[in-house]
Amino acid sequence: MSDTQDPPQLYAAREPIFPRRVKGRFRTLKWWLMGAMLAVYYITPWLRWDRGPQMPDQAVLLDISSRRFFFFMIEIWPNEFYFVAGLLIMAGLGLFLFTSAAGRVWCGYACPQTVWTDLFILVERWVEGDRNARIRLHRQPWNWEKLIKNGIKWGLWLLIGLATGGAWVFYFTDAPTLFWGLLDGTASPVAYITMAVLTFTTFFFGGFAREQICIYACPWPRIQAAMMDEDTITIGYRSWRGEPRGKQSVETSGDCIDCMACVNVCPMGIDIRDGQQLACITCGLCIDACNGIMDKIGKPHGLVGYLALTDEPLERAGKADKPIWKHILRPRTVVYTVLWAGIGLGLVAALFLRANLDASITPVRNPPFVILSDGAIRNTYDMRLRNKHGTDRWFTVTATAGGDVTLALEGTDALRVLVKANETLAQRLYVTAKAGTVAAAAHHLPLRLWITDAEGTETPKAERIYKDTIFNGKEDN
Amino acid sequence: MCAKPIKDDAKSKVGTTGHSWDGIEELNNPLPRWWLWTFYLCILFAFGYTIAYPAWPLIHRATPGVLGASTRADVEADIQHFDALNAPIKAKLVAADLMAIEGDDALKTYALAAGKSLFATNCAPCHGAGAAGVQGLGYPNLLDNDWLYGGAIDAIHATITHGVRNTVDPDARNVGLYMPAWSDKASGPLADMATAKLSTDQIGQVAHYVLKLSGQTAEEAKATAGAQLFTENCVACHGEDGKGNRDLGAPNLTDAIWLYGGDEVTLTKTLAEGRGGVMPSWGYSSASSTARLTEADIRAVAVYVHSLGGGE
Repeated sequence: MSDTQDPPQLYAAREPIFPRRVKGRFRTLKWWLMGAMLAVYYITPWLRWDRGPQMPDQAVLLDISSRRFFFFMIEIWPNEFYFVAGLLIMAGLGLFLFTSAAGRVWCGYACPQTVWTDLFILVERWVEGDRNARIRLHRQPWNWEKLIKNGIKWGLWLLIGLATGGAWVFYFTDAPTLFWGLLDGTASPVAYITMAVLTFTTFFFGGFAREQICIYACPWPRIQAAMMDEDTITIGYRSWRGEPRGKQSVETSGDCIDCMACVNVCPMGIDIRDGQQLACITCGLCIDACNGIMDKIGKPHGLVGYLALTDEPLERAGKADKPIWKHILRPRTVVYTVLWAGIGLGLVAALFLRANLDASITPVRNPPFVILSDGAIRNTYDMRLRNKHGTDRWFTVTATAGGDVTLALEGTDALRVLVKANETLAQRLYVTAKAGTVAAAAHHLPLRLWITDAEGTETPKAERIYKDTIFNGKEDN
Repeated sequence: MCAKPIKDDAKSKVGTTGHSWDGIEELNNPLPRWWLWTFYLCILFAFGYTIAYPAWPLIHRATPGVLGASTRADVEADIQHFDALNAPIKAKLVAADLMAIEGDDALKTYALAAGKSLFATNCAPCHGAGAAGVQGLGYPNLLDNDWLYGGAIDAIHATITHGVRNTVDPDARNVGLYMPAWSDKASGPLADMATAKLSTDQIGQVAHYVLKLSGQTAEEAKATAGAQLFTENCVACHGEDGKGNRDLGAPNLTDAIWLYGGDEVTLTKTLAEGRGGVMPSWGYSSASSTARLTEADIRAVAVYVHSLGGGE
């Protein structure tokens, strides 16, 4: 392809990458982070949390069939899905914040694609050896050694994939029950299918696709550029110190001895000395590799290191870098932090303010009102009463309105109704205004409906909530 | 990365495709080859799909596909599946005492859900999606507490099963019973039923008496004259006090609810031209026809209608 006479190749085969083992600060940090995140992922479904009888005791449970999300002491009902939306917005803003402050730290340290690929490369090295051994094995023709080593590697990858898919399904139903169910074949087909799909995707993404996912499949690298500016701390090569690269014995050479250590350890297969590029996930391994070499040749660390673009002119002029906090503390990161914290505080407030009973009330508008035989005007409301207590509760319904109205519940003579524990009850409410009253003749009468948990034993006084709605009268009555 | 320089581009180290427009060259960042293969595989899959599933449009229908997939057949299978699931509770609903259905939580829940769906399909065209009826056309409002034939579940059940004044079901309510056309200018079957021929003035008098009966403003002189005519002609069905008679489907004229309208113009029209609404029989079957609704369905609709706020 270097021959300019050839027609240009529009498609390129993937070039396999064999990252060399590296030791250093960032590698150690990444090992700890990987251990912590994988531990959280695999252990979380097995944590127990006592919620009383007839309630699941799994600490984190996404119960799709019963439409409940459990997170330790927090229980989310479908009508409170705004909590999930809020968390997702916070996750997005958090990602913006971290990216604008410190570049692609998510990609480099926390993204599952990075973490699992790291784990898969570790397995690969255990089985096949370090970079040179792996290159040799890759180049040699298929024989028993290559077959056995690849077989062991693929087998281990598959086991990791299986464990990954397995852990995933445990989040959606009681983990111990499902575990035994999976073993004796009685678990739901959905569980097996989900596990099979995730096993395959983990195996393929971590074992074979690797950096191709980041470069070609992931939208995040494209979006991130919008969050980064010249003060964002990213990984860079101090070319003003390193160039011209070459042997140390040559007088004019910079600090870079062109040893390719930074390239050889890179899981993305790039050369950081080319500068910032889409494929760089800022994992920090090239920093470790270069610092190791600098130690050996007796030069200071940081030829490759975390820096911001605004540091370059300062360093070229021989001055010190701006302190890190000055890079990070700038209007854009402050705005992201304020937005993030604002939504977070809002969610926490909503969490503590929400009642153990909840209701939604929809006026029936077909027809807007009904005339009764004595000329009274009746409005109908569809109520959904939710009892979040662990016990059955009687809820009473009362109203405050701008005129005299009487209430009645469908199917019962009383103004109270039993809502079973942790259930939602659909109940019709009739509100009637006598002929000739203000309410009966009002066009739109504000109506406040109160739902009271008459047996609020946990709280000193009865817990109650209200919903505002409208009573329609017959204007020409 | 995958890009390999074709010729050195000093800045980007990426080769060009060789295309040049006014000196602007196109960089060649090669697409990964697996992407290309994925694309070809998708094309292959698409052809395979059109062979397996209905796809190519022909004159009368599309190619059926070798798998014989049919969403219509799927729906039919689904319907059969759910019918089978519902069979036990439907049997229980039919076997239950009509008036005891609402006391049984499981039956009531099923009946309300099934009734709502059946009502929307079968009853809403006349009575409206909200069951409020259409007053001008005489389709009764099923939400209020006034019933021509009774608002208990058994009465509603009987009305739905046999209908009103239809020519099919011999047990239909009010066969041959109509509000006659009292005007001396009227002709036809409804006029033939009237026991008297009333002049326009007389009809106006009766109308004002009915206005008075229902507590509306009426001209006293006309109402007094109308009272006499009412006693002579109307009490047989509507009763001495005008409160109607459910056995005859005769409406109560003293309350605030009107089948066709309680204003003077509508009352005059009703008196002069007569009325006689018809409701189909939903449960009648004969050798040549099957019932529109099964007994279980009719019971479900009856429970649903009873729950709309006017049930007795």
